Amino acid sequence: MTASTPSRAETSAELVVDRIACDGFGMCAELLPELIELDDWGYPIVRAGGVPDELLDHARRAVAVCPVLALRLARRSMLPAAGSVRP
Amino acid sequence: MSTQILWFATRGAGIVSLILFSAVACLGLLAVARTQASWWPRFLTVELHRNLALISVVFLGIHIVTAILDPFTALGIAAAIVPLASSYRPVAVALGVISVDLALAVIVTSLVRERIGHRVWRAVHWAAYAAWPLGVAHSITAGTDAFALWMLAVTALCVFAVGAALLWRLTSGGTNRSRLAAVTKGIADPVAIEPAWRNR
Amino acid sequence: MISRVLAGPAAAGGAESIDDHLARLGRLPSGAAARHVIPVLEASGLLGRGGAGFPVGRKWRTVAERRSGPATVLVNAAEGEPLSAKDRTLLRLRPHLVLDGAFLAADAVGAERVVLYVGSAHRDARTALERALRERGPLPRPVDLIDAPDTYVAGEESAAVHMVNDADARPTSTPPRVFERGIGGRPTLVQNVESLAHAALIGRYGDAWYRELGRGGTPGSALVTVSGSSHDGIREIELGTTIGQLAAETGAGSSTAGRQAVLLGGYFGGWVSADRGWDLPLDPVALRQAGTAFGCGVVAFLGEDVCGVRATSRIMGWMAGQSAAQCGPCVFGLRAIADATARVAGGTPEGDELERLRRWAGQIAGRGACRHPDGAVGQLLSSLRVFEAEWELHQRRRACSHERYERSFDMAREVA
Repeated sequence: MTASTPSRAETSAELVVDRIACDGFGMCAELLPELIELDDWGYPIVRAGGVPDELLDHARRAVAVCPVLALRLARRSMLPAAGSVRP
Repeated sequence: MSTQILWFATRGAGIVSLILFSAVACLGLLAVARTQASWWPRFLTVELHRNLALISVVFLGIHIVTAILDPFTALGIAAAIVPLASSYRPVAVALGVISVDLALAVIVTSLVRERIGHRVWRAVHWAAYAAWPLGVAHSITAGTDAFALWMLAVTALCVFAVGAALLWRLTSGGTNRSRLAAVTKGIADPVAIEPAWRNR
Repeated sequence: MISRVLAGPAAAGGAESIDDHLARLGRLPSGAAARHVIPVLEASGLLGRGGAGFPVGRKWRTVAERRSGPATVLVNAAEGEPLSAKDRTLLRLRPHLVLDGAFLAADAVGAERVVLYVGSAHRDARTALERALRERGPLPRPVDLIDAPDTYVAGEESAAVHMVNDADARPTSTPPRVFERGIGGRPTLVQNVESLAHAALIGRYGDAWYRELGRGGTPGSALVTVSGSSHDGIREIELGTTIGQLAAETGAGSSTAGRQAVLLGGYFGGWVSADRGWDLPLDPVALRQAGTAFGCGVVAFLGEDVCGVRATSRIMGWMAGQSAAQCGPCVFGLRAIADATARVAGGTPEGDELERLRRWAGQIAGRGACRHPDGAVGQLLSSLRVFEAEWELHQRRRACSHERYERSFDMAREVA
């Protein structure tokens, strides 16, 4: 366990993108570059592992700025990501 | 003496509202722009659009309140809420009343946007396209300074700015969404969207 | 030859009638007895046959244990995968077995309505279903027959529900998943027709019977659609049969001679090379561990005289065009990938296309509302691995080692 790795196990929130609503405006990446970067077409790639507490305010601002409300802050579940185990 | 102050306040706040809401309209129309400069990040357009709108509401509030209180115009509260209830320039004031009503709907829904969802918010936001021109029309018909040279210049500038932004939006503006179907069918080239890939 | 879901009269006779069906199999447990089928299904280890391979018993339990209100069962016969024909064949020949499974599911999960979602191009299957419904007389539940558009994504579970709700067969954002809120806002069980057919047999014969077959970890039998062999068509195999054994049975060569690779699972599946993979068992669990997937049971052999790069490029082009056009990474990413593979296949690469393909593949996976981009990208990555030498040849030396360009994968013919 390296000292520089933030303890992600303690984060309580994660960012979820509504992939259909998202239109690649990219403002979220501007406001939260630590967790969101853009792919070759301007669409957000959200880093896995949840939102650290110190970035929560920035995350809320990123959620608010999205012109189409595609970004959402959700309570983080400890189960595997939705979709990887599909009933 | 105090009525003079009220009168100046009404006119002044009205003019500032017009300018501010025109800026708000421009920013709103330009929010979908993909170009980005180091001195103007894209999020700034959206956040400034919202913050200016809230500031405009303050000036709009001053404009309405001072207009109601001013004994010269004899506007009761009813006239400020119900169109055509004013005895002073009824049509002109009515234009303003309707404009404010629409603007209020837009602003209130925007404040609770995350609760009502994007679709409902967007439907109401279309009302903004009516609120701004009605505001301009109100300014020209109800404003006593409307045809003063300086005011004409201000009005022209506002109309020109919003008109230019609207023209941009209709021609080159447009979100990715409008291109998705064409790219899927292979009609539109994904390169046109993001030319940088060729260099990677 | 294994014959469970396909057991019964010869295929040439068409759909099995209700009388023959009942004479052969007897009545299905229904009503209260049906509720007990869920633990039996769970014990059987039956996995879904639509492509995801999720345990069927667990899926029924999830819907049955919902908090309130009636549920709906959607019988998924969209079968948009071009290389697969098993679902429509099963419907055409054994509609009553599938209907048994549907009504068993409806009883078990407490559904008030059954929707039969059939691909609009599958006319014979639809006709057989319609006749079978008429043969049954008064039905235990209202049954609706709804056409699935002829697109790849129409069979995705949220797309199917969306089609029934709003006549729009495009996937929707989740949550909520369809087992929480689906058709009419009700919890919906979306199940593949073959899964329901197996369930209908398990409901009669029990889980121990089902587990009698199965050579490896996963019990039971499954339908596969074989193409690229001498005996193309639909077969029922015992799970765990190796690729090599199936190749031998279908004249695709018991050794690797004649076939260089096989595409498993369909356009959203994965390639397996002949020299490494002929001993691989056709078993969902084993294949997943081997980095590929059983998927919807497609086994498409690629002859040695066909260029794997060109075949892959054709598939990517088609998959890009089949995007629902809702999510940017899928639309732009798949189209960019398709264009790049076309350039490499045609011997006109611009820069290092392979590096670009790998980067894009890594970027778009998992970033759509549904699994369409994931499937396409998975197939691409397996192709880059299996046909590595050919990709390098096309990229570096702009040459192709095959003269003939596989023009099309033939649509699977019905079992003889």
